[in-house]
Amino acid sequence: MSQVESDVKTLVIDEQEVSAQAGQTILEVALENEIKIPTLCHLEGLSDVGACRLCLVEIKGNSKLLPACVTVVQEGMEVSTNSERLQKHRRTILELLFAERNHICSVCVSNGHCELQTLGQEQGLTHVRLPYRNPELGVDASHERFTVDHNRCILCTRCVRVCAEIEGAHVWDVMGRGINSVVITDLHEEWGKSTCTRCGKCVQVCPTGALFDKSKIGSDHPKYPDFLPYLNLMREAQ
Amino acid sequence: MSKLKLATVWLDGCSGCHMSFLDMDERLLELAEIVDVVYSPLVDTKKFPDEVDITLVEGAVASVDDEKKIRKIRDHSKTLVAMGDCAITGNVPSMRNPIGPEAILDRAYIQNASAQAQIPCVVVPKLLRVVRPIHEFVKVDVFLPGCPPSADTFHTALTALINGGPLDIPALTRFGA
Repeated sequence: MSQVESDVKTLVIDEQEVSAQAGQTILEVALENEIKIPTLCHLEGLSDVGACRLCLVEIKGNSKLLPACVTVVQEGMEVSTNSERLQKHRRTILELLFAERNHICSVCVSNGHCELQTLGQEQGLTHVRLPYRNPELGVDASHERFTVDHNRCILCTRCVRVCAEIEGAHVWDVMGRGINSVVITDLHEEWGKSTCTRCGKCVQVCPTGALFDKSKIGSDHPKYPDFLPYLNLMREAQ
Repeated sequence: MSKLKLATVWLDGCSGCHMSFLDMDERLLELAEIVDVVYSPLVDTKKFPDEVDITLVEGAVASVDDEKKIRKIRDHSKTLVAMGDCAITGNVPSMRNPIGPEAILDRAYIQNASAQAQIPCVVVPKLLRVVRPIHEFVKVDVFLPGCPPSADTFHTALTALINGGPLDIPALTRFGA
């Protein structure tokens, strides 16, 4: 097999024949071909971790569902992105996210600008069948500019990744395991006393109202994560 | 043809859903030609009727009284609609869940009282430990999220329910809308 042939992969996504570069993920190839796969922890410009499982897809011959954001394409793959089974699983994942912490959309700073809320609506969620856990979680408002409200956090780790990969500060990290996991600053210091550089990137990439800017009032808090690919491009050009 | 019987109920909510219902304005006149409002905070009936075609429930289940009411309402309603986020998710009333009723009552009636500090124990119903959406107690037929659902959402949904037409709720509204 020649080098050129092995670098180009041909596969089928939702009965559409597509070609891809070796090493590309299913999600990247789907997006290039305008096939929409729902995502939450994925963000263009950051590494992928497959944390939220919303982008799960079916691959013919494989009984497991695989996250499209971290699954690399293979020659002859047959991918299905929107089967009834996947839709059911995605709704359940969203219900689990809503039930896990205290997401009170009506009084959230991100009401109307929240990726979790929007995905719920897009996936046809009208109620949560699981009992709400109502955990007692804190709010850290010690930072002069930003607040973290753990009630709204879905542990997507976008803040952790943007702080480590783009800002290079690695102030954010995850503490604890399983249902007890929380995002922390430094070694669980108050955010205001941490080594935070005050850049605000974590706030802009947070998909929910977990991280927000104190200067915003009510739910007037749209976020602008589109600076990331631009920033990466400019850095590569240097 | 006899008119459809419509009931609306107010459990633990702020009445905002009922206000939004009234925001249908002149469309209420059209509605009044095809339905009779047989029970509601907006009318004077004291007893929930035996047979209701459509019941809209605002608010979450927060007290023993709410729980008793919602079970009775379910038994006597053909179609039960959870109206608004409180009925569907617990919403703002459920914000007391991580704190517990004792601390809440203490804050409201003891710490913040300027005179005769005491927690009410007669007439007012006992609070449940946690505020729950109504579908955790009874079967709900239609979920209409929103805080509150808009008047247009009410109009579209009610028209579809009355006429038996198709109803795509996520296209109309969402949590927090």
